[in-house]
Amino acid sequence: MLSRVADHIYWMSRYIERAENIARFVDVNLHLMLDLEMDAHQQWEPMVSITGDHAWFKEKYGEATQKNVLRFLTLDRDYAHSIITCLYHARENARSIREVISSEMWEHVNDYYHFVSGSGAAARLLYQPHDFFTQVKTNSHLFNGLASGTFSHGEGWNFGRLGQFLERADKTSRILDVKYFILLPKMEYVGTAYDNAQWAAVLKSASALEMYRKCFHRITPAHVVEFLLFDRDFPRSIHYCLNQALQSLHKITGTPPGTHSNTAERLLGRLMAELNYSDIGEVFETGLHDYLDDFQAKLNIVGDGIFNTFFALRPVPEKVLMGETRQ
Amino acid sequence: MEFQKYDTGGFFDELFDADGSSRPEAEPLFRRFASLSEGEIEQRQKAAEAALYHMGITFTVYGSDEGTERIFPFDIVPRIVSAGDWDIIERGLKQRIHALNLFLDDIYNDQKIIAQGIVPPELVFSGSSFRQQCKGLSPPRGIWCHVTGTDLVRDGDGQFYVLEDNLRCPSGVSYVLQNREVLKRTFPVAFEALKVRPVTDYPNRLLETLEYLAPAALNDPVAVVLTPGVYNSAYFEHSYLAQQMGIPLVEGRDLVVMDGYVHMRTTKGFERVDVIYRRIDDDFIDPKEFKADSMLGVAGLMEVYRQGRVALANAPGTGIADDKAVYAYVPKIIKYYLDEEVILPNVPTYICSEEKDCQHVLDNLDKLVVKAVNESGGYGMLVGPHASQESREEFSRRIRANPRNYIAQPTLALSRAPVIVDDHLEGRHVDLRPYILYGEDIYVLPGGLTRVALKKGSLVVNSSQGGGSKDTWVVSGAVNNQGGEP
Repeated sequence: MLSRVADHIYWMSRYIERAENIARFVDVNLHLMLDLEMDAHQQWEPMVSITGDHAWFKEKYGEATQKNVLRFLTLDRDYAHSIITCLYHARENARSIREVISSEMWEHVNDYYHFVSGSGAAARLLYQPHDFFTQVKTNSHLFNGLASGTFSHGEGWNFGRLGQFLERADKTSRILDVKYFILLPKMEYVGTAYDNAQWAAVLKSASALEMYRKCFHRITPAHVVEFLLFDRDFPRSIHYCLNQALQSLHKITGTPPGTHSNTAERLLGRLMAELNYSDIGEVFETGLHDYLDDFQAKLNIVGDGIFNTFFALRPVPEKVLMGETRQ
Repeated sequence: MEFQKYDTGGFFDELFDADGSSRPEAEPLFRRFASLSEGEIEQRQKAAEAALYHMGITFTVYGSDEGTERIFPFDIVPRIVSAGDWDIIERGLKQRIHALNLFLDDIYNDQKIIAQGIVPPELVFSGSSFRQQCKGLSPPRGIWCHVTGTDLVRDGDGQFYVLEDNLRCPSGVSYVLQNREVLKRTFPVAFEALKVRPVTDYPNRLLETLEYLAPAALNDPVAVVLTPGVYNSAYFEHSYLAQQMGIPLVEGRDLVVMDGYVHMRTTKGFERVDVIYRRIDDDFIDPKEFKADSMLGVAGLMEVYRQGRVALANAPGTGIADDKAVYAYVPKIIKYYLDEEVILPNVPTYICSEEKDCQHVLDNLDKLVVKAVNESGGYGMLVGPHASQESREEFSRRIRANPRNYIAQPTLALSRAPVIVDDHLEGRHVDLRPYILYGEDIYVLPGGLTRVALKKGSLVVNSSQGGGSKDTWVVSGAVNNQGGEP
């Protein structure tokens, strides 16, 4: 497979996954608005802080109202990490490989993009944000389903899976981190109904609440973190995502599991091993935020390794340089 | 929808006789139209447009809101070509392509046609698309021009003329295939009844044509489509053809010349490429031999090509044979190489580099269509009767300054075909671009792109100038009149 084509499939899948996760991200907040009585203004300010682009936001929008923040994260074409920008990039990547992917995939990316760029999108976002984000999530799922059902599960598909699961691992870690940014627990809240509702919101935004309850029944911070980091079966847990990514990587190269023939395999294999032999006690010893921070940095290095191993037989295109991993 | 009010406006109409009754080959179509309920045709037009939009066959509209996308305008009333007309077109195109290939091989090698005084040497050597780099070249199987899209028009008398030979990288065939897909769904019964000849095996035939060029010893040659990239206006077509043929679509940056062969960069290292269907102009294919600053091509490609280690379709240098001044000599070229009379005539052409012609052109700018010899897409063109005094004067200056760069032709009464305008049909001018493949033999795709000038009264059919397209139905003669459109 052409390096450029593999690169486009990888990024197409990442951007589709990323768009979905921005929706999940915003969802944490929307859930909290429903579950708790909170000052609406206080509630949205941290969503901007998390992005690291606070100054940019202030300049363009001023106040962090719900309307402004939703627009910023969703429909702002000028903002590099909004849903619409992700889908724009997903579609441009898909356009470059539409002869490689199935027509169903291309047509869906196309419709998906038209869904957020169409004239009705702004009104829908403003008046029915839940519906809007649900549709974004559903559209991404639909894409993955179409890919799985219409695209041969060969090298190209595995590059897509690799991109998808690395992106998902990264974003699940960020959704966990939301708790640190937005909901920095005041000591007196810990263990209260209030605290539990916040953790429940985190789980919900990862579509994990029901599956979590089957494992642990009651909500405790340690168990939530354990579930989203280490669960072997839940498809959005970080462990599960890395495992899928690693499997796809080995299918691409044909190298037996547990060994490595290139930098990408070595880096991802090592990160997987760390996760395999880590536990929740270690996480809290390090501090959740620092642990996640370190994980994200290592995941970025894995991304670089993939780039150098498979795609870099040519000059670095701008797209990859700005293919951000920071949120 | 009412057809009684249709006015042919004194033009030759593709679907209606002069008295406003439908032509025999179009009769079954209109019978189906008549059986449809009020508003049904408009609804099918909208459904067809939605299908094209959904398939992503769109282009971005510049200068409007970001992200505004439109489909290439498409009218669902097909243009119908009778079996008899098609027979002439097919024979005429085969003859023409055969002769033009012999001409190309001759002028880049022995130049007999020049030595014999049939074509003036200065006309060939002064052409900006004559490529010194191609002298002495003998392309695989002796074929230069593998893919051609010849523009035909019909004049008021119903006679087909060749308007332009497009021998470089003619585009549009993907629209032929996509329009057909959409129209088969739009009018399934009429399609069936008319026994329309199929176009669907074009990608297969194209792949056979390409593989025919590969070095003979190879069992399983690797063919690729080379595109300038997603920002090219024909990118959709490059991608579509690669997909339909199941071969890689590559950009210049994916290819590299190593050890005397062309390779593509893959996730598993380098892989050899044997045939390149290139959709990049000559000037850009190899920075070592053509434009040095080209970012789109492959350095060293031409040398590999000369060594016979890679095949290119079309061969570089074919542009000289569709130069609009050389065009005027095609009937003589056919006579010289094939000793045959031309089957599809040229539009009479005045060559401005010839003094007598030039004076005639300058004296009659208000009656003629003037064209720059190397432009396409409707650019560099003056339609005398419709032009302002200023632009006529401007062209007069340009012609005097560089006569070799211009030719002129009489303004033709281009034939028209009906298009849907709101709730009725109106006539619009059309042309026809059939596609021809030259591999083991010469194949003319039964159909082609009918381009239509959607602006009322306009004669310019190019998509960049407000043109749209129609499906072209070549009917096989026998007509089945049973059944009604569902």
